Amino acid sequence: MNQGRFSWFNATSLTLGFAFLYLPMLILIIYSFNESRLVTVWAGFSTKWYGELLQNEAFLDAAWVTLKVGLWSSTLATILGTMAAYAMVRMGRFTGRGLFSGMIYAPLVMPEVITGLALLLFFIAIGLDRGVVTIALAHTTFSMCYVSVVVTSRLVTFDKSLEEAALDLGCTPFDAFRSVTLPIIMPAVVSGWLLAFTLSLDDLVIASFTSGPSSTTLPIKIFSAVRLGVSPEINALSTIMIGIVTVGVISASLLSRRRSLRHKEDEQKALRQ
Amino acid sequence: MWRGVFVHADGATMTQQQKKTVFEPWDEPNEQPIIQFKNVTKRFGSFTAIEDLTLDIYRKEFFALLGPSGCGKTTLMRMLAGFETPTEGSILLDNKDIAAVPPNKRAVNMMFQSYALFPHLTVFENIAFGLRRSNMPKADIPGRVEEMLRLTQLMPFAKRKPHQISGGQRQRVALARSLAKAPKLLLLDEPLGALDKKLRNDTQFELMDIQEKTGTTFVIVTHDQEEAMTVASRVAVMDQGRIVQVSTPDRIYESPNSVYVADFIGDINLIKGKAYHVAGEQSEIHWAEGQAPILATSATPCPDGADVTFAIRPEKVAISAERPEDMANAVSGKILDIAYLGNISTYHVELPSGDIVKAQATNTRRVARRRFTWEDEVWLSWTDTAGLILTT
Amino acid sequence: MDLRRKFLIFVPYAWLLVLFLIPFGIVLKISLSDTALAIPPYTPKLDWSDGWSGIISYFSQLDFENYVFLTEDSLYYVAYLSSLKIATISTIATLIVGYPIAYAMAKSPSHLRPTLMMLVILPFWTSFLIRVYAWMGILSQEGLLNQFLLWIGLIATPLTILNTNWAVYIGIVYTYLPFMILPIYAALEKMDGSLMEAAEDLGCSAISAFWLVTVPLSKPGVIAGSFLVFIPALGEFVIPSLLGGSKTIMIGKVLWEEFFSNRDWPVASAVAVILLVLLIIPIMLFQRNERKQREMEQ
Repeated sequence: MNQGRFSWFNATSLTLGFAFLYLPMLILIIYSFNESRLVTVWAGFSTKWYGELLQNEAFLDAAWVTLKVGLWSSTLATILGTMAAYAMVRMGRFTGRGLFSGMIYAPLVMPEVITGLALLLFFIAIGLDRGVVTIALAHTTFSMCYVSVVVTSRLVTFDKSLEEAALDLGCTPFDAFRSVTLPIIMPAVVSGWLLAFTLSLDDLVIASFTSGPSSTTLPIKIFSAVRLGVSPEINALSTIMIGIVTVGVISASLLSRRRSLRHKEDEQKALRQ
Repeated sequence: MWRGVFVHADGATMTQQQKKTVFEPWDEPNEQPIIQFKNVTKRFGSFTAIEDLTLDIYRKEFFALLGPSGCGKTTLMRMLAGFETPTEGSILLDNKDIAAVPPNKRAVNMMFQSYALFPHLTVFENIAFGLRRSNMPKADIPGRVEEMLRLTQLMPFAKRKPHQISGGQRQRVALARSLAKAPKLLLLDEPLGALDKKLRNDTQFELMDIQEKTGTTFVIVTHDQEEAMTVASRVAVMDQGRIVQVSTPDRIYESPNSVYVADFIGDINLIKGKAYHVAGEQSEIHWAEGQAPILATSATPCPDGADVTFAIRPEKVAISAERPEDMANAVSGKILDIAYLGNISTYHVELPSGDIVKAQATNTRRVARRRFTWEDEVWLSWTDTAGLILTT
Repeated sequence: MDLRRKFLIFVPYAWLLVLFLIPFGIVLKISLSDTALAIPPYTPKLDWSDGWSGIISYFSQLDFENYVFLTEDSLYYVAYLSSLKIATISTIATLIVGYPIAYAMAKSPSHLRPTLMMLVILPFWTSFLIRVYAWMGILSQEGLLNQFLLWIGLIATPLTILNTNWAVYIGIVYTYLPFMILPIYAALEKMDGSLMEAAEDLGCSAISAFWLVTVPLSKPGVIAGSFLVFIPALGEFVIPSLLGGSKTIMIGKVLWEEFFSNRDWPVASAVAVILLVLLIIPIMLFQRNERKQREMEQ
């Protein structure tokens, strides 16, 4: 499909589609700067809700808990997920491989309420107090599966002869992994980490089941606030979160695009020589 | 009709149509061409793909458009299929301008380079696809599809999907599908490009066979000169949106009209020099200090001192240890390289002037006992009619 | 196999066994237990000190009472049916909204496609909760949608959308749209452009070529996208609890309330087990579709 121009139909679908995807968030951002507490009436520009947000201790505490859980769980999930992907792609047959692959894919399609309930009942059964640790364990478990999927898709397109060449040149299998495989799959590992981190920051349901009274995450806090209705502080908080994600995602994709562009340019330069 | 195949001296397989009545509609003044390009220009933005091109193609021809990638041959074909419209000029099919006719209404079918077989349909359904969209009665469709399956020897594979058959079979399905509607004109876009060499050679003959059986006019686009020479009744050599020469394969090979064509088709030695008229059709070419001029013939003598290129095929250059007595041209040199091709060998001989001339000899003896080897001093010779004087 | 390789398999394997499989075993077990006013609020509890007889008496006390209860109280099967209905309707709606977008993306100039892809993926990175929340202000009685519709004169009195199933449909379509667009786009994008030309060459009009070639070839993408929306929508909790009303009954919400409000752990577990059973069919169909597609590509 290589048509150079948009037909009016395609242009309309794209315009409407992206308006549908982005307008709600745009409205939310605009109304976070609303003077009035009434979120449906525009009463002039103000940043006062941001100020109030920064003084709200409960939100700041929750944000801190969320960040801690996110960093721990995404790092653990990246290590475990990469190991799982490597085991699945490179280890050939081993006993219980079917069960292993089933356990990697199941959390991806499991309703969060079930995962949350199961983990909570498990933590109670083994007598582990609920808190930051249990949330982090829970998040690690489901996000390692996402990491494993991302890394697997990179590993299967990866030319196995590169590893064999490393072994042939005298590397031990571990050396070969560290000096050849890992650098090549690194972009996938990094995006796996980012995915795990956002999943953890985002999660409400599983965190609700596995958190204790002393450890409330930001989504839990937001959820209990918005159940009562729309509030300008939440608008302000959402705007900050949307802003961080947007800057992060756009700069990451620009970086990777620039790298691939430079790669292409270098190749062309090399061909011309 | 019998097609004889003989191996040409340069290794390229060529066919000769041994017919009592020669098929040369382009030489018949009363013959009406099926396709006429009239001053066609096609521009994409500022890029000119086809420039002021005029060309006639006749009924039952197997016409090849030959050229390097980007020469405009594919654009020319896509204009015939209806996927592009000319910026200027007109294209006539059976004397009717087809610019306004959309591809689905044209009596022209195309065999795509990628074959474009519908992956969700079986071989049978692929071939029936076009028939179902024609006004052919429903009951007649299976019969026609079977006819096509038989023609392309695909009967056992009718129920398979495209991914369950080999590359050569896919190629035949694509051919059968595009032929099923019995188009006035069949376009083939690099039809054999995806096949390996051995299969390609076999398929070329199948293609010619089918073209003959169905009597359809074929236009083939290819960058492979051997393929064009093998299958086509006429070849158009293209360069940068223009047709450089249109002629039969043997004439393209034996009497190219320009350095471009000579160099594009087959292997050739090109020697630059200045021409001086001697007598009759004979001219001398002065090409290097201290070397005897080359004696050559040319039907249209050029003015004295004109810059020309002398072109001679390696198989027309004889190689010997002693200076031959009766040859019009002879030069001596040292063998630099030998390319052994089995039936023949190509010798790269360096002349004292530094030029390298290639000469070919058939290997009638075993390699171990061949006459010449590296660093040998040899004589190269050719007659005055063996080469060509090219001015462009 | 050397020790390092064993270690590489063992660590993630053990992690998933302990934190994924065993917890599900526990859910299954508790779903067979009885509710009790205790901590934890169910019986029986396995007492290892009694030895073999303890284990036997433990298993003899397990029963399917909770499952029987689920069939007796109409709340539950209404919840299952209504979850199925909401998930089905929203999946179809997402397909209708998503297909033209995916199609337009695949037809767009190739230098624009990475940007369009990023624009589709970007919302996926922003918080799910916030994206659902954004609609609360739009759909409410005095919200922007009603204000807009009143202003253009399409309606005379504000519509009630928030706290109805309509809001849930909108919420699901909105949040899961990228899951629908991406697989369809992937299927359309890798489609060889010459297939459409071949169809036209063989006599199709542009519209019939679309139905005869483009649609069948994008089928794997449509199926994958539909399951990617349907499966999570079935167990959805956040959307029905924020956008839906008291009449919106979805199984995820019921499970949550059973657990947190009624503190009936055995029933909540039984609800979870049934939901899982319900999901097995679409999950298996989804995996079959994926496998078939992989085989086609080879």
